Order: sequence, then structure tokens, then C-alpha cells
Amino acid sequence: MTDNILEMRSITKTFPGVKALQDVSLTVRRGEIHAICGENGAGKSTLMKVLSGVYPHGTYDGEIHFDGAEVQFGSINDSEARGIVIIHQELALVPFLSAAENIFLGNERRGAGGLIDWNRTNAEAAELMARVGLNEKPVTPVSQLGVGKQQLIEIAKALSKEVKLLILDEPTAALNDNDSEHLLELLRQLKAQGITSIMISHKLNEIAEIADRTTIIRDGRTIETLDMSQPEATQDRMIRSMVGRDLEHRYPERTPNVGEELLRVEGWTVHHPTQPGRVVVDNASFTVNAGEVVGIAGLMGAGRTELAMSLFGRSYGRNITGQVFKHGQEIQVHTVSDAIDHGIAYATEDRKRYGLNLIEDIRKNITAASLGKVSRRGWVNSNEEMKVAEEYRGNLNIKAPTVMALAGKLSGGNQQKVVLSKWIFTDADVLILDEPTRGIDVGAKYEIYTIINRMVAAGKAVVVISSELPELLGICDRVYTLAFGRITGVLPVADATQERLMELMTMEKETAR
Amino acid sequence: MSAATETTMREPVPAGDDDKGAMRALASALTGNLRQSGIFLAFAAIVLIFSLAHDQFLSPSNLTNIVLQYSYILILAIGMLIVIVAGHIDLSVGSVVALTGAVAATLVIREGQPWWVGVLAALAVGFLVGAWHGFWVARVGIPAFIVTLAGLLIFRGLTFLTLSSISLSPFGGTYYQIANGFQNGLFGGYGVDVFTLVVFGAAVAVYAWTAWRSRRARQRYQQQVEAFWWFVAKIVVVAAVVMWFAYQLASSRGLPNVLVLLGVLIVIYTLVTQRSVFGRHVYAIGGNLNAAQLSGVKVKKVNFWIFVNMGVLSSVAGIVFSSRMNGAQPSAGNSFELDAIAACFVGGAAVTGGVGRVTGAMIGGLIMAVMSNGMQLLGVETAWQQVVKGMVLLLAVAFDVFNKRRAEAAR
Repeated sequence: MTDNILEMRSITKTFPGVKALQDVSLTVRRGEIHAICGENGAGKSTLMKVLSGVYPHGTYDGEIHFDGAEVQFGSINDSEARGIVIIHQELALVPFLSAAENIFLGNERRGAGGLIDWNRTNAEAAELMARVGLNEKPVTPVSQLGVGKQQLIEIAKALSKEVKLLILDEPTAALNDNDSEHLLELLRQLKAQGITSIMISHKLNEIAEIADRTTIIRDGRTIETLDMSQPEATQDRMIRSMVGRDLEHRYPERTPNVGEELLRVEGWTVHHPTQPGRVVVDNASFTVNAGEVVGIAGLMGAGRTELAMSLFGRSYGRNITGQVFKHGQEIQVHTVSDAIDHGIAYATEDRKRYGLNLIEDIRKNITAASLGKVSRRGWVNSNEEMKVAEEYRGNLNIKAPTVMALAGKLSGGNQQKVVLSKWIFTDADVLILDEPTRGIDVGAKYEIYTIINRMVAAGKAVVVISSELPELLGICDRVYTLAFGRITGVLPVADATQERLMELMTMEKETAR
Repeated sequence: MSAATETTMREPVPAGDDDKGAMRALASALTGNLRQSGIFLAFAAIVLIFSLAHDQFLSPSNLTNIVLQYSYILILAIGMLIVIVAGHIDLSVGSVVALTGAVAATLVIREGQPWWVGVLAALAVGFLVGAWHGFWVARVGIPAFIVTLAGLLIFRGLTFLTLSSISLSPFGGTYYQIANGFQNGLFGGYGVDVFTLVVFGAAVAVYAWTAWRSRRARQRYQQQVEAFWWFVAKIVVVAAVVMWFAYQLASSRGLPNVLVLLGVLIVIYTLVTQRSVFGRHVYAIGGNLNAAQLSGVKVKKVNFWIFVNMGVLSSVAGIVFSSRMNGAQPSAGNSFELDAIAACFVGGAAVTGGVGRVTGAMIGGLIMAVMSNGMQLLGVETAWQQVVKGMVLLLAVAFDVFNKRRAEAAR
């Protein structure tokens, strides 16, 4: 008989009006890495909140057995006391405290008289950090560490609590490939040390690589648990279970119909805003044609976002030099409103922080960048505005009861559709989309791709920046590669493979010449 | 339109579900926008309690008194609301009230200039003060808390210098009439001023007509509107309360000048905040500065004009206050900024910016005004008045937080 560390039996959790979880069961074996996947809003996070005591016992139906006994957690402290630690997508570290202080936050190593024993704190922190493969000093403030290393601090913090079951919510969503690889390797090591992990993830490759078993949740129900060593556990099978329909293709069909040159950038060079002398984008030149989807591939730190934001009204960087041509004419783009006037749009990679006003409704977000189109002499025609917003809600299939719903209450995919609506409504003919499908579930991704296709079919040009190479290969006509601030190549999609792109994306300065 | 569509259409503000029956329309109108209706209900309850506790509370002369006594705080609260929605704060308005009053008093009383010279000079000083704050906040990028804290000291000091540390009085004449005069007697009357009633009657008619027009416009654009009976009931209730208030004023001394001024300002600023591009940009900046910037909002320019506006409204309040006091004192307007800020927060503005309405701030200010006045009538000690007002501010915001949490949990 297999040894199960966790059994969640028939969990049902109801919110007023919504059944978030319905008869969900989850069994996790001791020492395995168990992946949970499902579309956004499928109920993964709710299930983990039930498990960790965020929703206390009594607010849900069903039983939880952990480590051989039934447990009834009243709060997150109860679950941590039993060795269940959850690491959320948004890291919960205090930026100005040191690594060691963060690791023992709320769990301080005390000495005589209840005062903090700093020697012990730092020594034990150093041990824990070594265990997670983090080569930093314990006294370093976490604000000086990258996201990948901060993630490791979180894990070290979990280890300090003698964790038995580690839950990671989208641990690699914000990490680059190197850091992701490191994190997955660490999970394997922890597994060897007997720590069980539950990992919520959208990245099917990653799941295939690391998980022993995968449970798929859809619409608040468990669909199936796959043994990843079995041949039937393919990515297509997982996608099918997640979306509940056959996705023949992950990318919608499109007949390329590339027209004349729309935008040309020449010799674009951008310096770091605060570190003088550091070149972030180095002499970049590229063209985008009407009716074309152009990809920009590059690793984290290659300067992709910096290139896009500096083009978009100099929203990033200083000492910017270079020329921009639209329809062959040189244009001057010094502010965001210049960019909008010239038909350039930029949808940011971080929609919550830079793209949306979360406390306003959908309607006001959609018109935010072109309020002039629904107003006369400085006064907004709110009826006209409402009409426009309703049109976009319908056309882009934004799932919300009305356009008066707050942007902050929408799921990631629907938020992204609001952002796209905003930029389409500016009548932009060059749309730069930075990670347009990050944190979005499979079904909504498909819809976003369809919207991109509709835009290029209407003769617009779309530039897609993405970390997911299959996505670029799936939707682009041409792909530029960016490495260390330089454009190292451009490939028509027919000639491009992931390996070839990766080669160009890692090309260093000398060989780039 | 048919009866069937009539009942299914209603205000879409609360995320809508289908509507059956009148009670549910009423319930959802009350709970859907609990913060907005809650504040009105609280205001009504407070008025009711004081009117039961003291028989003179709702007397014509006392109502007139409340309007005169707190008008300048309400004027300040209008500007403050915009400042707070944009995510800033202005601590200097009390000092600016004093300085602008002092400038007017120096010109009119000491130099013997006509009243309008004093008014224009005060407005100009308010504009310059606002531009000064705007420069430091918008161009240099110093937090408004610091800039206006410095302003609080600087402009108080300049008030003392302007007045050579002594009070100036009296204004007399037209300047005195600004805050102490009434519009009445134009149409005569028998113990009740007909002119006042006519003005209020016209205002109610305009309100009903615009409400009807906007309802029709919404229907033309095929948006949901509230059920017809509810629409009518709302207008009838508002009209009844307003006309009752008008009758009280009319049977006292007529229509106070400051009430006209305040009414005009409220209408203008409600439109500016709810309907203008500038107003929309203010909410965008307060809601998410980065997103506003990346949507092409000229953040520096908007912030600059927010403070200029605050400066000008402070000078309007300064004129009204000095007129009401019939002179200028070096310590005038002390802690007005705190009353104005409290009015905004009681009225539902968010400390983090992005949320708040002019009407809310006005009701918030009136709640504080009615509380002070009522407690004075009842002979409550000043010390206890402060304690009670502090508690009201705290509980109003706590209620807000509680509501938000409940809404989150219901998701």
C-alpha cells in the first residue's frame, strides 16, 4: 500500500452564488512532486487556501487527512505548525531586511533575555541558504537580490520551519530560464531529502520535466490525476483535460498577408536610467510591416522590455539615440502622447502594475488612452463611452457582467483583453505586446492569439515580445533575437526552431559581429 | 417603451443580475452602493437624532447658521477631494485661508481700496500659492505632504508679516455682504421669502430635467436604467427635502450669498470630476500612476493644476471667512485643513487615492458640521465635541474598511 502524506476528500467550498470547489479530492504520496494544473479560476488557489487554513475548518465541506491523521486547521499558523508551508506567487519578503532576517521573520532565533541572537541567526541562515544553493551573504538585504534568489529565500524560510509539505504557487512564473532550471533542480534535491512538494503551474513543459503525478482541476472539480511516467500523460492530454475540449491546435491558423513597411527603427541606443555608461539597448535596428506579426525573443535582461518602452515615448532610459520611421517618414516620439498620436501602442508585461487602473471599471480602462475620442471640448460623453466599451466587451469576449465591473475583479485573461481593447481603441497601427499571455490560462491564450490575428488581418502590425519560444514560433511571421541589448539575428518563422533561436539569444558580443 | 423592458432595466452599478420585483430593486439600490447610500443614511440619522434632542436644531435660523458657519470648510473640501483622489494631501489650506484674507484686509481696510480689488488680489495670491505647491510637487517631485507642510509654516508666517501680527477690522460694505448678505425680498412675501423659494424651485426643476434627459440618453444608447417608479420616487424625495430646506431658509432671512456660491461650486466641480477629461485624468493618476503615465496622461501637468485649483479654492474660502469674521486675524483658519481632510475621508475618499466624490465630501463635511452645531446647541463641552468628532471620523473609515472586506469575502 502506498503511503499518502495528504488526502483531501470531497472538498466543497461555496462562496455566495458560486461553487468554487465541488467534491474535489486530492491524494499526494509521501516524497513525490505533485503538480496541479488547470485554467485560471479553476479552483487551484482556493484548494490550496483550504489546505493551508486560510479558509478555516468549518467554512468548507469535506475532510483533510495529513500525515496519518485528520486535521482541522483554524488558521495558516495551524497548518505551518504541522509542516505545511505555502509559497505564494507574490513573494512575501520585506525588501529592506536582510536575507537572514527574512528567513527567521516571525520565528526569530532568540538568545538570553529574549533578544535576537544574531550570531545564531546568521549562522543558521547561512546553512539554510547553502542548502537551497544560494550563494549570498545572510546580511544582504533581499531588495538587492533578483526575483530568482528571492524565491530561494522563501524556500529557505520554509525549510527553517521544518517543512514536510511544500506548496509552490506558480514558482517559475516570474523567473528566467536559468533560475527556473535551478529551482526545479532544487525541488528534486528536496525530494531526495524526503520533502513532498505540490506545485501549481501553467508551464506544461516544466510539469512534464519534474512532476511525478499531476492532478488536473477544471471548473472546481478534479478531472483526473495522471501518472507522469505513463505514456498517456502527454501535454496534449493535459491541455484537453484542462480546457475540456480538444485543442486541435494551440495556435489559430492564419494566412500571412504581409504588406508594406510600417515601422522602421534604426540605430536605437538606450542607456540605463540611473547607471550612467551602461548601455541597455545597443544600436538596434528592425522593421515591421503591415499585416505582419513580428516576434522579439530574448532572455531576461536582454533588453526586450527596455527596447519597447524606450520606443514608446521614451518611457524608459536616458541618452536615447536613433531614428524611428513610420511609412518611411521619420517621426519624433518624445512622450507617450506622441507615440499614441503616431499610432504606436504598447501593452506592458505587468498589467496589474503598469497596464490597468484596478479600482476603476472596465469602461474607464478601455478609454483611458484615447479619452479624446469619446469627449468634446474636454467633456466626456459617458454614453458614447459606454457604447464603445460594450462593443469591445462583445468583440473581444471580455467575460464580465457589464462594463461597469472593476478591472481588478477580472481574471488575468480578461484583464489582458481590457488592456488590448484600450490600445486597439487608440487606432494604433503598430501594437507592441510585451508578454501578452503571461499568467493566462490556455483557453484565454488562444483567444488572445485570435485577437492578434484579427489585428494583422486588418492591416495593422503587431510586435510580440515573449519568453515562450513555442508561442513565438506559433504566431509570428518573423522573429528577431535580442542578446545583451543587441539584435543578433532575424529569422523567418519557417527557418526558425527553438534551438536556433536559443543559439542567437545567447550569442555574446564578439561573435555577434 | 413596454412594461416588460421597464422592469428588467435598472442601474447597472452593482454587478447586475436579473431583477424581479420592486423590493429587490430597492434592496440592491441600497446595498449595491452601500458606501454612497450609507453616508446619506448616516447623515439623515444624525440630523434626526439632533432634531429630537433639541427643538431649535431644525429651526430656520439654526439651519441658516449651519450654512454660514461651515461654508468655507465645504469649499476647501471640494479642492481637497481632488487633491486626495489624485493621491496627494494639502496641509497648507488653513494658512492660505489666513494669508488671502490678510491680503484682502490689508488692501481694503488699511489701503482703502474697493472691495473687488481685495477679492481679486486674494484670488491672485491663492493662484500663486497653488502654482508654488504645484511646482514642487509636479516638477521637482517632492511628496505633497512635505511641500504643503512647509507651505503651512511659510504661509502662516507670511500672514503674520502681512498683518504685522495684529488683527484688521472691520471690512464693512460690500465685502462684508459676501458672507453675511442674503438674496431676498425681490418678489416680496408674507413672512416667507418668495425669491428663495423660486430659486430653489428652479434648481429642483433643473435637477429633475437633467436627470430625465440623462435617463433618456441612456435608453437611447440601450443601457440599463432604473425602474421608472424608482426614478420618480428618488426625484420626489430629493425635491421634498430640498423644498423643505428652502422653506426653512425663506422663513428666516432668505437665501444666503454663500449658499449660492457653494451651490455653484458644487455643481461645477461635480461636473469636472465626473464628466471632464481633466477629472478622469485625476482619478487615473490616483488609481494607478504608472498605468496613467503609460496611457499618455500628462501627469505633471495634471498634478500642477490640481494644486493651482486647491490654491484658488483656498483663497475663495479665505475671502468668505474674512468676510464672515468682518476682518483678518493672524491666526485665522487654524486647522481648517484637518476639517477639510476629515470631510473627504468621512465622505468615502480613499487614503490611497483614486476613489472619492465631491458629493460624498460635501455630505462628509455636513456630517461634521451638523455634529458640531448640534453638540453646541446641547451645550456639550468643547473637549467632548472633539472626542466625538474624532470618533466619527474613525468609525466612518472603519465602516468603509469593514464593507470592503465583506465584499472581498463575498467574492
